[in-house]
Amino acid sequence: MIPAAFSYTRPASLAEALSLLAGASDGTKVINGGQSLLPLLKLRVAEVDRLIDIGRLGELQGIRPGADGGLVIGGAVPYTAVLASPLVAERCPLLAETIADIGDVQVRNRGTLGGSVAHADPASDLPAAMLALDASFVTRSSAGERVVAADGFFHGAFETDLRPDELLMELRIPGLAAGTGTAYRRLAQPASGYSLVGVAAVVRTDAGRVVDARVGITGVGEVAYRARAVETALLGGSSVADAAAHAADGQVVASDIHADAEYRGAMAVVFTRRAIEAATVRAG
Amino acid sequence: MSEEGATVEVAVVVNGTPRTVAVEPRKLLVQLLRDDLGLTGTHIGCDTSQCGACTVHVDGQAVKSCAVLAVQVDGSAVTTIEGIGSEGALHPLQDAFWTNHGLQCGFCTPGMIMCAADLLARDPDPDEPTVRHAIEGNVCRCTGYHNIVRSVMAAAAAMRDAEAGTSQPTATAQPSAS
Repeated sequence: MIPAAFSYTRPASLAEALSLLAGASDGTKVINGGQSLLPLLKLRVAEVDRLIDIGRLGELQGIRPGADGGLVIGGAVPYTAVLASPLVAERCPLLAETIADIGDVQVRNRGTLGGSVAHADPASDLPAAMLALDASFVTRSSAGERVVAADGFFHGAFETDLRPDELLMELRIPGLAAGTGTAYRRLAQPASGYSLVGVAAVVRTDAGRVVDARVGITGVGEVAYRARAVETALLGGSSVADAAAHAADGQVVASDIHADAEYRGAMAVVFTRRAIEAATVRAG
Repeated sequence: MSEEGATVEVAVVVNGTPRTVAVEPRKLLVQLLRDDLGLTGTHIGCDTSQCGACTVHVDGQAVKSCAVLAVQVDGSAVTTIEGIGSEGALHPLQDAFWTNHGLQCGFCTPGMIMCAADLLARDPDPDEPTVRHAIEGNVCRCTGYHNIVRSVMAAAAAMRDAEAGTSQPTATAQPSAS
């Protein structure tokens, strides 16, 4: 399979990339690892006039400590680099746990965190973790910089708050307070490996009581979402099982040949319970 | 330059040899290797990034060459199955796949070996679950994977022995080797 013809530009600097994007046509698309985009182009599900390759811009690289015990990860950092990072293992084990099973080694060597977030596939794992971690994204255009919270960034399937002239520069992940446990649990479609349901849980306990909880769910709705009804129930003293029952509240649950809405909704509850239970145990 | 047929020059070091090729931006790395450079050891199995038969190394990392544009590897070093060993001097992985019957039809083998080489470069002493996880992106319809895993474990042991400077026996199946 061969994509339809397009032109290709690899800007040498961030300034050049932003200026190219500022005047870009609708048919212009940013590429980095290309692990989501290239298969779409090959199948001709998508066509582009021009690709702008940001893969070698130094400003989008690097994994750094955040000021608050958190992390700052460049938009063009590949999954493999995150999995190999001792800083990530120390400060944000949820991130490593979430991306360890994305695709396969070859895909993780090329695919990037910024690419996944900007692409916003409704079945991608990373957005669930970004929501549960209360992450934010730094975007930049030639007009300036914005910081956008993950909660609100994902508008719909393949639709985000990222504007056509913006690059996703970095992902900011706040530090976790003492007594916080995290876990990612997912149900993978056996052939494709895509998540039918993926649940990221961040739970803080104090003397055995849940005092803070954030739950991000992917694969279930039109796009990844915060399961606020679950969080509220947990904070209100509900049992984990009772709280998890609200996993798909307010969502139009996706239905396809791999999992109809009834099954997917039921599995959302099961995997939400498992993720919260695991996070709670880890919270100590 | 978006019109069909417009080409750009790609300079790439393939198996140690610098090559410069004019390609259309839409050309895939696997097509560059097979069609332009005649390196047909890299196979196209599914063409949808699932099977891993097209796995090669770009700057030392395993990638699916059907999911990478040729223009994206401009300035990089690419290693294919032809570059890791020769008939007279097999790579320890090639030797181990042969010895342990790690292939039947052989179609998946180049990708399987390139993927395993990526693993052993990062982890010279993997346990069996690690090997199975590492080759998750490579599909084999013949072997049922057991002999492939055995082959990778045997190659890892042989490479560790060679690294330690001890005698290097022919790689044999050691399912319980750690």
